[in-house]
Amino acid sequence: MTEAAPAPSRSAAPEAIRVTGLRKSFGPLEVLKGVDLTAHEGDVIAVIGGSGSGKSTMLRCINFLETPSAGTITIAGEPVRQRPDGTAADRRQIERIRQSLGMVFQQFNLWTHKTVLDNLIEVPVHVLHQPKAEATDRAMSLLARVGLADKAHSYPAFLSGGQQQRAAIARALCMEPKAMLFDEPTSALDPELVGEVLAVIRALAAEGRTMILVTHEMKFAREVASHVMFLAGGLVEEEGPPDRLFGAPQSPRLQQFLRSVG
Amino acid sequence: MRDWLQPHRIILALIGVALVLWCATQMRWDWLPKYAPMMAEGIWRTVWLLVLSSLLGMALAIPLGLAQAAGPWVLAAPARAFCTVIRGTPLLLQIWLLYYGLGSLFPQFPWIRESDLWPILRQAWPYALLALTLSFAGYEGEVMRGAFRSVPRGQLEAARAMGMPRLKILTRIWLPQAVRNVLPTLGGETVLQMKATPLVATITVVEIYAVSSRVRQDTFIIYEPLLLLAVVYMALAGLIVLLFRWIERTGPQTRPAGR
Repeated sequence: MTEAAPAPSRSAAPEAIRVTGLRKSFGPLEVLKGVDLTAHEGDVIAVIGGSGSGKSTMLRCINFLETPSAGTITIAGEPVRQRPDGTAADRRQIERIRQSLGMVFQQFNLWTHKTVLDNLIEVPVHVLHQPKAEATDRAMSLLARVGLADKAHSYPAFLSGGQQQRAAIARALCMEPKAMLFDEPTSALDPELVGEVLAVIRALAAEGRTMILVTHEMKFAREVASHVMFLAGGLVEEEGPPDRLFGAPQSPRLQQFLRSVG
Repeated sequence: MRDWLQPHRIILALIGVALVLWCATQMRWDWLPKYAPMMAEGIWRTVWLLVLSSLLGMALAIPLGLAQAAGPWVLAAPARAFCTVIRGTPLLLQIWLLYYGLGSLFPQFPWIRESDLWPILRQAWPYALLALTLSFAGYEGEVMRGAFRSVPRGQLEAARAMGMPRLKILTRIWLPQAVRNVLPTLGGETVLQMKATPLVATITVVEIYAVSSRVRQDTFIIYEPLLLLAVVYMALAGLIVLLFRWIERTGPQTRPAGR
């Protein structure tokens, strides 16, 4: 049923995101113990694992929302320059890289004092200095795509969770990012609202966008991902094409995890 | 309109009107024409002291609050110390310390006395304005500390994740929401600030309270000037309340009405 990504194309496309030897500790707690990840253009990488496995932390290290304790991040062939303590060394560089990585959060994080439309055009107009009319046109067509054209002038507080998350996805897209990072985008939603958000993400995957998707939606991961990573205890326990990982899991931990999530 | 036509409201309104009429006819107001220009000047002085000290104080309160909410300890500790000292001592004392302290220190330096600023610095109002400003900054610095903390971290994180520079995050996301969250508090604090202004009369700044005292001293009429003074302050307080309500109403609606 599910279309497995053809293996050859995975390595042929240029590299979008490469993570090597990523470690992250919070005080004495080591959350990531050396994780590697390579996303080529057009890849949809689903990251699964139990809570506390480090999957969100890994995602947040990619755009330096968290400072890696060790390891390097390379975006489109450009390594993020780091100070000896791991923090991004070049503010301009990390800002530019963040602008090329659209991030979608579990809690939507729309700016509540701005309308949906203003949320979308905020950074394009006020940071990237694009003409307002041009950004507004793009924003309106994106809102139409995620089914929120009529909510452009509403404040986020008046939207349902699913609508807020779709707006947040549109906000990330309005930056015309090279890759998208999804941090459990449906985990804070009521069950009946999950579908509308997944539909938007599915459409993005179908148009060949590079995405890294941290998720608890196993069926969805199997359906849209070209590559699945299973994180356990801060390490990549098992990875591969979705059919193999979900169909024939090798490691006992993954087998147990898949049984427990049903 | 219909709301006003209920019996108890009509009776209350009639009592109010009667009270005003009684005050107007039975009390002594013959001094009013003579002192009216002086009172207008006094009101004007009260208003600009209030407006300037609130604006300048707020401008100081923002960095004070930010330093305490998110700054490194070398900034946070002095900011906290400043707010604690200002909030822990009477404003009257601060006014006197500045006026009699700084005011008597400055003339000892010839270069200050000979500077172009001296004609201003030898007057009382700069010390009044400074004391009121520092006081407002101290109280509002504490308010802004809470205000900055009240903005959800996730929204700032979203701004960072989109590559917004730090200053832009502060001016476009963090500060607007922080101020909006404490607008009702700021309105009340501004009214309190207004009610603190009469203290500057003690260092010879002739604002509206000082004018009313002057009337009492000149004419030995006690209640009428005080009554008028109360009316003036109430009118000013009403204006402040209306102003802040208007600002709140015109801003973005951050939550559905009635929730």
